[in-house]
Amino acid sequence: MAPEEVCDILKERFGAAVLDAKLDARRPYVVVDVARWHDIALFLRDDERLQFNMLECLSALDLLEDNKLAAVYDMFSVPVVIASASTVVGGSGCKSTPLLRHHMAVRVEVDRDKPRIPTVSDVWPAADWHEREAFDMMGIVFDNHPDMTRILCPDDWEGYPLRKDYEFPLEYHGIPATTEHTLTNPKH
Amino acid sequence: MATTVIETRPDVLIDFDKESQGDVRTEEMLINMGPQHPATHGVLRVVLRTDGELILESVPHIGYLHRCAEKIGENLQPYQFIPYTDRMDYLAGMNNNQAYAIAIEQLVGIEVPERALYIRMIFAELNRIASHLVAFGTYGLDMGAFTPFLYSFREREMILDLFESACGARLTYSYINVGGVHDDLPDKFLDVLLEYLDYFEPKVAEYNQLLSYNHIFVKRTANVGVISAADAVGWALTGPVLRGSGVNWDLRKSTPYEIYDRFEFDVPVGLPGGSEGVPQSVVVGDCWCRYMVRVLEMLQSCRIIRQAIKQMPDGPHLAGKLKNLKLPDDEIYVEIENPRGQLGFYVRGDGSTIPARVKARGPSFCNISILNHVGSGCLLADIPAIVGSIDIVMGEVDR
Amino acid sequence: MTQMSVPWRPRGKVRYTGLSGLIAGFARAIYGMAAPVVRAFPGSILLGAIFTVILVGWAHFLLFEFADNHLIGADSNISAVRGFLGAELTLAEIENGLAVAGAPAPGVLQYAFYPIQFRIVRDLLSAGGILGFISVIPLYTIWWERKVAGRIQSRTGPMRVGGWHGWSQSMADGIKLINKEDFVPDHADGVLFRLAPYVAFVPAILAFFALPFGTYWVFRELDVALVFILAMLGIEVLGVILAGWASNNKWSVYGAMREACQMVSYEIPMGMALLIPVMAVGTLSMTEIGNVQGDGWTSWIVFRNPFTFAAAVVYYVAALASCKRAPFDLPESESELVSGFHTEYSGFRWSLFFFGEYAAMFVVSGLCVILFLGAWHSPLPMSLADRFLGDDLLSRAAKGLFFSGPLWFVLKCVWLLYVQIWIRWTLPRIRIDQVLYACIQYMLPLMMVILLGHTLYELLVPVHGIVWTFFNIALSVIGGAVMLFLVSIACYGYLNRVKLVGWLGVETLPGS
Repeated sequence: MAPEEVCDILKERFGAAVLDAKLDARRPYVVVDVARWHDIALFLRDDERLQFNMLECLSALDLLEDNKLAAVYDMFSVPVVIASASTVVGGSGCKSTPLLRHHMAVRVEVDRDKPRIPTVSDVWPAADWHEREAFDMMGIVFDNHPDMTRILCPDDWEGYPLRKDYEFPLEYHGIPATTEHTLTNPKH
Repeated sequence: MATTVIETRPDVLIDFDKESQGDVRTEEMLINMGPQHPATHGVLRVVLRTDGELILESVPHIGYLHRCAEKIGENLQPYQFIPYTDRMDYLAGMNNNQAYAIAIEQLVGIEVPERALYIRMIFAELNRIASHLVAFGTYGLDMGAFTPFLYSFREREMILDLFESACGARLTYSYINVGGVHDDLPDKFLDVLLEYLDYFEPKVAEYNQLLSYNHIFVKRTANVGVISAADAVGWALTGPVLRGSGVNWDLRKSTPYEIYDRFEFDVPVGLPGGSEGVPQSVVVGDCWCRYMVRVLEMLQSCRIIRQAIKQMPDGPHLAGKLKNLKLPDDEIYVEIENPRGQLGFYVRGDGSTIPARVKARGPSFCNISILNHVGSGCLLADIPAIVGSIDIVMGEVDR
Repeated sequence: MTQMSVPWRPRGKVRYTGLSGLIAGFARAIYGMAAPVVRAFPGSILLGAIFTVILVGWAHFLLFEFADNHLIGADSNISAVRGFLGAELTLAEIENGLAVAGAPAPGVLQYAFYPIQFRIVRDLLSAGGILGFISVIPLYTIWWERKVAGRIQSRTGPMRVGGWHGWSQSMADGIKLINKEDFVPDHADGVLFRLAPYVAFVPAILAFFALPFGTYWVFRELDVALVFILAMLGIEVLGVILAGWASNNKWSVYGAMREACQMVSYEIPMGMALLIPVMAVGTLSMTEIGNVQGDGWTSWIVFRNPFTFAAAVVYYVAALASCKRAPFDLPESESELVSGFHTEYSGFRWSLFFFGEYAAMFVVSGLCVILFLGAWHSPLPMSLADRFLGDDLLSRAAKGLFFSGPLWFVLKCVWLLYVQIWIRWTLPRIRIDQVLYACIQYMLPLMMVILLGHTLYELLVPVHGIVWTFFNIALSVIGGAVMLFLVSIACYGYLNRVKLVGWLGVETLPGS
């Protein structure tokens, strides 16, 4: 299904919640309202025509010039056809399976000052770790997430490393976090 | 509390009164598996809550190898970031190079020469074999069988020799670069490669004899750590883990990138017990299926390479200059089929030569996130079996 | 730049003190003296050592033969079966024996043999021999295991130390282990932690004291040798549990508990399997059980009837489990429990565990050989030897070499050790529940059937009757065929090694 159709379906169902759509870009995406995002996610997953059952990636963005943070959700619709005993190992590949494989990206933008997005980890379990990573690296808080803690950095780490205005600490628990070269050649 | 139901495994019911038998009391124990543990394949730490040998909960903790590769990518030009990509999934450096190179090429709009595409694909498939060989060997180690490990490394060594002859490196290649490959193939490379394929293909039968159909091995892996197809898709598991759950989904086949649509190959998927070549006790989505998908994929990779050698065209191997590419003010998300699953790169340019945002979607990162779901309610010895069958590389989980 | 500081308490290196320190210092001193010499002439030392071992063995053999035939045999009061070592001798008896033997100058020789009239001297002599043997057995079993494992995995194994195929690798490892830091974890139970390796190691030595290598080649001839050895092997598990508990490490506790439940469950089928030869012969004395199997390989107890045959197989599997060899190596399973009960051990104490393990491997193989596989007798019947060979010294030496003697016992044990190694490097590990299910659900009922069947067989089937002979011959033929089959597989593998392993696995391996 083409991105335009997906966008139309979304607009038809949610109307004003679809804020923007960039469908002629190299990778088409729609921008949706944060407040309706959880409903939209459920709809994307459950609607007969869409069936985006796999959340592949959540990329958190820092849009410093707009004073915004964004989360981009990449979704795929994977045809789940269970192999049966009659299928030969390696079989005929994907050709015989019913096709509903399309790709779509949804972007959710929030204010830098109050970066809160409702979680979709109850919609796609895969979002659980991705959201924790976005929180850890970009400082976006996902409401109602079961375990909103840092995942890659230590729990007592300060700041959000992937933000554009992040400054590297010079020391962590007495362990130097920089080299002499960086100290004598400051660059930020 | 008389009975405990593990949240994720309601079918496992533990009756503590019955288990403790009179005044002998059993207690739950928290135990750290890793970050230094032989079976966690690097620095994964799993906190296990156990009752004797039974695992009630297994929570993975990651981040011990975090190097903030994404931040590095936002400070370097694409051709400079290529060497960092093969430090992510260090067992499949070629595939990682390829993924980032494709992302940049699609973002900038570079036409890659035909010959470079073929060379890339041969190396990606060779690296897939090498990576699956490590997965196969270390899985044997996890099960306590030492010998398959040495066999698989014997064969992998020869692939590394081939890589070395082409690019001079044996682990972190940086060979596939933006716009093609770094060097052309050395003399007689394809002849040696064919010779290697002739040597390698019969070895897979030997592996099957030694490990895959070994009665103890099947007992240890069949019906252990079963991931249903719905769970696999919901947790966004990809690669052999997804196919082991019976979902016929391989990006090379379903949404072919580069030149994969020119070749004939099959996608092995996990099959229920009793099918051809599958032991009776196997259930779709268990550890044995995931393991076997990898073994069969090695043969399919050989098939692809053989076809590519026949079709190999002449021509340039690089599309001109690589440095100081102006990245347009746009964004791209590209996924390719890495040995471990779908490796995605999200790249966002802002008109300069350095990307504004690089995000890597590691397949191991997503795959290991299901550990707590499948790893509760099993036995202690099943944890290495499950972790091994998911086949993670911590460098890429933590990035 | 700030100085890197570590959050944990820095501690110095602790050397061994007390007895362990004495041993370590002794080893270091020997190493300091021997290392330059070994480095200079590795080949000559190997050849010299082999020559010396043969010479010492030969002298030992002659001594025992002499004592057997001329000292003890001369005096009718001393039962020959009690043996040289168990007998009380006086100077007069020695002189008497020498005179009867026709020694040229009994008066002089009597004083030469003066010390051996004291039992403690004889005991110390033979205990030294046994300890020496126990030290050598693990060293060379480990070396042999590494070589075999290397070949199974198409690599070489140790090749450097000592020159010829790394023959002194284990000794070098031992010296390294002894020189390591004396490490006891902070919160471990210090006393138990230090005690545990000895509890695991000493029973294995004690088991050797009752294990006969030949008719008179036993330290103490016990009427209940079998029970004694089983008891000693049972004590070993105590050391493992102590080690696991005292280490203050959860993985070690897992290892200890696994060892405990594995031992407890496998002791039952193992003990029942050992009852079978006892029932067949009617004694618990290992020497007597061994000596009834001297009439060629068809007289070995394993080929006596189908039940003994099955019992031998069950015993071997249970023995694998009881000395925690793969595929039953759960107590120390590397990929699950790090190293199980000896996770926290290093250096000298760790090597004691290994000595204990390999000594126990030899003991269970020895039990299997004595009780089922013809003990110290060769496959050729002794009656053949009696017909063709006389009673002079040379003939007796030939008898010892080709028909019966400790050499055959050790050879058979080494073969069984080899099978253990072979299994270890081929099979994956079983899970703990499968180990216990296999024992309780399959081996125990099977063993009960075998025990009952054997009882009825011994009761109802007349010895040397038609049925008895048929099964005896058929099983003997099967056993011989299996052995021939294995040998031919080995030959086939050697001849087709390029085809089987590939050029890489062969051409890069020296000595293939």
